[in-house]
Amino acid sequence: MAEEASTGGLAAFHPMDQFIIKPLFGDGPVGMFTVTNATLWLALAVLSVIALMVLGTSKRATIPTRTQSVAELAYGFIYKMIEDVSGKEGLKYFPYIFTIFIFILFSNYLALIPMSFSPTSHIATTAVLGFGVFIFITVLGFVKNGASFLGLFWVSSAPLVLRPILAIIEVISYFVRPVSHSVRLAGNIMAGHAVLKVFATFASLAVVAPLSILGVVAIFALEVLVSGIQAYVFTILTCVYLKDALHPHH
Amino acid sequence: MEGDLAHIGAGLAGLGTGLAALGVGNVAGNFLAGALRNPSAAASQTATLFIGIAFAEALGIFSFLVALLLMFAV
Repeated sequence: MAEEASTGGLAAFHPMDQFIIKPLFGDGPVGMFTVTNATLWLALAVLSVIALMVLGTSKRATIPTRTQSVAELAYGFIYKMIEDVSGKEGLKYFPYIFTIFIFILFSNYLALIPMSFSPTSHIATTAVLGFGVFIFITVLGFVKNGASFLGLFWVSSAPLVLRPILAIIEVISYFVRPVSHSVRLAGNIMAGHAVLKVFATFASLAVVAPLSILGVVAIFALEVLVSGIQAYVFTILTCVYLKDALHPHH
Repeated sequence: MEGDLAHIGAGLAGLGTGLAALGVGNVAGNFLAGALRNPSAAASQTATLFIGIAFAEALGIFSFLVALLLMFAV
């Protein structure tokens, strides 16, 4: 993608250039332990979460400050979501699910800062989260239910003739889950940021520049919405999968 | 030439994401239709709405994935 950057007639930059991972210091090759721009923005996301959750709630004031209110709001929101979707037993896994939610939310919102880098636009980042959930759910399902976890694939409410066919479909859909789970997040964030850059490219033509700037503002507002919704969707799907692990019978 | 064909294929695969938009719109539209009939039950079903949207979107994501593979992997 990088070498195509100079060939675009209208564009001084390629809309996909923003996703290139480069080393933060120098221009050496990117190895396993190179500190890159992705590392920087992931670390910033973690630091902002710590700032909000630890510093914000450490005073535990009866009349909360604004920071404490936001932290408590996020906590209560996820707590209620797990209770509603996975049931009371799911609350034991609250720390994991809340960590996923707040981390994705902060990476998404930090990525909206102009000139920043969006870690969640890379499938590498989201696949770790998605496959992490998948492995966690599978292990938990077998630990909690033993072999009866396989009842998840045997739809006992369906007619007996249909059950083997449904079992095949259920197995496929089970193993496709981590892929759709992670690509949904990466795809939405990547597409949104690419659209922003494409609209920004049109600003170089003086005739359409005002229209293009209006477009960028509108798309940016949409992206703020999408960032929140995608973090929410990722978390609620984790809750749905958790419910499957806790109660595998249809 | 082969690269050009891959680009055409990627464009065709992109149609799938547009079709997923139809599915998502269908889910959201039907939710709204139901919610306006019985607004008091709507709030409790927003989680179901988002799960439905996510499942409708999942298959569109696969065509997006095919497009990405054709663009960058083939």
